[in-house]
Amino acid sequence: MAAPQATGAAGARKGLWAWINKRLPVDEFISEQLTGYYAPKNFNIWYFFGSLALLVLVLQLATGIFLTMFYKPGEATSFDSVEFIMREVNYGWLIRYLHSTGASAFFIVVYLHMFRAFLYGSYRAPRELLWILGMLVYLALMAEAFMGYVLPWGNMSFWGAQVIVNLFGTIPAIGPGLVEWIRGDYGIADATLNRFFSLHVVAIPLALLLLVMLHLVALRRTGSNNPDGIEIKNNLGADGKPLDGIPFHPYYTVKDVVGVGVFFVLFAIVVFFVPTFGGLFLEGPNFEPANPMSTPEHIAPVWYFTPYYAILRAVPDQRLGALLMGLAVVLFLFLPWLDRSPVKSIRYKGWLSKLALTVFAVSFISLGYLGLQPAEGSYVLLARIFAFLYFMFFLAMPWYSRIDPVKPVPERVVYHAH
Amino acid sequence: MAENVVVADDGVDLSRRKFLTTATVATGAVGAAFAAVPFIASWQPSERAKAAGAPAELDVSKIEPGQMAIITWRRQPIYIVRRTPEMLAHLKGHDDLLKDKDSKDSDQPPYATNEIRARLPEILVLIGTCTHLGCLPKQRFEAASAEMGAYWPGGFFCPCHGSRFDLAGRVFTGSPASVNLRIPPYEYPTPGKLVVGLDETHKGAA
Amino acid sequence: MRIEKGAFVVRASSRYLLALLGVGLLASAAVPAAEESAGGAGADWKSWHADTDVRNIASLQRGARNFFNYCVGCHSLKYERYSRLGEDLAIPPDMLDKYILQPGDKPTQYILTSMPAADGEAWFGKTPPDLSLMARARGADYLYQLFKTYYVDMSRPTGANNLRLPAIAMPAVLSELEGPKAAVYRNVEKRGEDGKPSTEQVFDHFEQLAPGRMNAEEYDGFVRDTVNFLVYVGEPTQAQRHALGIWVVLFLLVFTWIAWLLKKEYWKDVH
Repeated sequence: MAAPQATGAAGARKGLWAWINKRLPVDEFISEQLTGYYAPKNFNIWYFFGSLALLVLVLQLATGIFLTMFYKPGEATSFDSVEFIMREVNYGWLIRYLHSTGASAFFIVVYLHMFRAFLYGSYRAPRELLWILGMLVYLALMAEAFMGYVLPWGNMSFWGAQVIVNLFGTIPAIGPGLVEWIRGDYGIADATLNRFFSLHVVAIPLALLLLVMLHLVALRRTGSNNPDGIEIKNNLGADGKPLDGIPFHPYYTVKDVVGVGVFFVLFAIVVFFVPTFGGLFLEGPNFEPANPMSTPEHIAPVWYFTPYYAILRAVPDQRLGALLMGLAVVLFLFLPWLDRSPVKSIRYKGWLSKLALTVFAVSFISLGYLGLQPAEGSYVLLARIFAFLYFMFFLAMPWYSRIDPVKPVPERVVYHAH
Repeated sequence: MAENVVVADDGVDLSRRKFLTTATVATGAVGAAFAAVPFIASWQPSERAKAAGAPAELDVSKIEPGQMAIITWRRQPIYIVRRTPEMLAHLKGHDDLLKDKDSKDSDQPPYATNEIRARLPEILVLIGTCTHLGCLPKQRFEAASAEMGAYWPGGFFCPCHGSRFDLAGRVFTGSPASVNLRIPPYEYPTPGKLVVGLDETHKGAA
Repeated sequence: MRIEKGAFVVRASSRYLLALLGVGLLASAAVPAAEESAGGAGADWKSWHADTDVRNIASLQRGARNFFNYCVGCHSLKYERYSRLGEDLAIPPDMLDKYILQPGDKPTQYILTSMPAADGEAWFGKTPPDLSLMARARGADYLYQLFKTYYVDMSRPTGANNLRLPAIAMPAVLSELEGPKAAVYRNVEKRGEDGKPSTEQVFDHFEQLAPGRMNAEEYDGFVRDTVNFLVYVGEPTQAQRHALGIWVVLFLLVFTWIAWLLKKEYWKDVH
């Protein structure tokens, strides 16, 4: 397209804009991905968490970059350098709390984001790959968080690393060798800390960026699902646009900004007033330096791992427990094929599916709580019950999703003005 | 006409939209600017750097006449020379060879703009980095030496590019450096005790 | 005394008070409820709360004085500089020099103890730990309870034991202030897992053996001030954090409200 001949400042901008567009598809991007991309109009509160997850990723990258300017990895220096950041770097305490709160916020947002998929069948065809890519993001995120937690080299950093890395020793035949290879030493040591630093700062963030990008591309390919589980592309208007769709920009850009605002209010309250969040976001034992000779009274991973930790401890056999813990995460990947319901959204599924999902949510949260407690007394039995229910949600799904009577799905989405 | 959800023209208050959009963007921009402050501020010298840059002390009574001591202040070498009466006499008589004999273009505290460029004539305190490109000048206190030439009143010689300074740190013509050696803030809180980094306008560790 | 740097400057604005109320409600989840007696019999020691308030500069100053009189002989505060202490607690340089600075130390130095680590281990069985982060690691309540539940126990090498940390290696350094006390136990009948009855010794109350230089109330104040000081040392920026937080949250609320108005305006289009 020839550059329009206009004069003055506006003309100069048009000229520049045209010059850029000849060399980069900026206008195309805007019209295809923003103003010309139609999303379902009936998004509800569950649809904020995708953009919030992207926001938290950017926040973690920015605060992480600045922390890396002052943090010194190494057995002798890590712990001290974190206190240096907290006390002596201007606003270092703020950058640190943003990063530590951001890590927990990331998981809150991601868990809610994933739960939306459970509610509305967003993992169903044709979005299976979108779901799988999302699961890979989740796995990378777990690795990133685990390694990040080791870096301050507090006592929980050390012992958490010890326990989790030892789990790999349960793998038959290659286990013990694998553990030593991961550690780079005969116990969690300086070698482990330094390689975790490299992975946490460089490798996994790059992987995360790539996976998130692929996740977004896959989303744009199929278009978003919605709370009614209807494919809006099945009802096009005379202009070729979905009747139940609205342009992403300005409607969802404007709506997402409100979501960002609310998120930041809650986030700021935590960062400035309760950054340790009662020992859940920053654990007490981690304010003591790593001590290979002294185990903390209760070793527990950070709260976002505790559901799986509870499953691990519920099983009396170490090897089987590790296997089941791994399976608990991997099962998510199979959801698109386990769910045999004729409808996508929970709104139109029957009482069995609703019960199953409620039980799953309660089990997940309960397991999370139990993972924080010592494995004693009635907690053990409860953990076993909830672990069983957790697995049954997935394993019985092909059966109950098929026999569950469904409600008729409307042609057009259900929308109430707001 | 196809049923389209977006109302194009009727009833749309475009001026209100523009106002609210501007308000949101403006508030957001202000927020972003404030959010940038802690990150940018984090690059300022930390408390550790400031503490390391705290005033440095030296008991100058220990320096022999004609000798130079070197201490560190704010990561720079500080040359402290006990000038003999002979060295002080050599400060005169070569004004025409100096680029900035009154120290007008040079960097020193008010009490060091005099001819001796110091509070006390016997003690010269200066920052031992060449004002050309930062090398450490070497001491050449012997006057009229074979190496430096007959005119040489004694002073400093920078090995990197050949800049020459006299015993008050004033730069000679022909040197790549264009201003005199810098003088740090300093004072003598008690006789014989030199504190570099403190004076009437510089207080405290910061 | 008004402190400039990093302190909570009180202004008489209702908006501020409203925000403070809201924040107070939220923060009260983390801060224990304000109750607690200065001692009493002691049976309820596990529920004692420290009730720290790092905005109380006078308390922090007393706590600092206590620390340098009784603790720094063995314990370091290796992440805190004297000069930082002076600034945050509004202690002028001459008083810092007279009461706080250890001989030979400069104000910009970190607060270290003069006791060699090896000696500490030899005398007490373990090196007295650095206390910079102890309040964050164990909590203020833990520290408060520790200092108030020492009792005489001749079976221990130091002659003292502690309910909060049984078999504690640290001697009862403050017993001259509190006065030595004994722990009195009572017998409790229990039924074991096999159904057989047994008798267990359960802590009942403390008995003051001799008066200390302080009465119960004074000693309690002493401990509270010291714990308050340690809470400050654990995180010297906390006052600054709270002060900044109020403004940040208020700004974000305003921003969210404006953004919400914008959203409502555009979404009028959608039916």
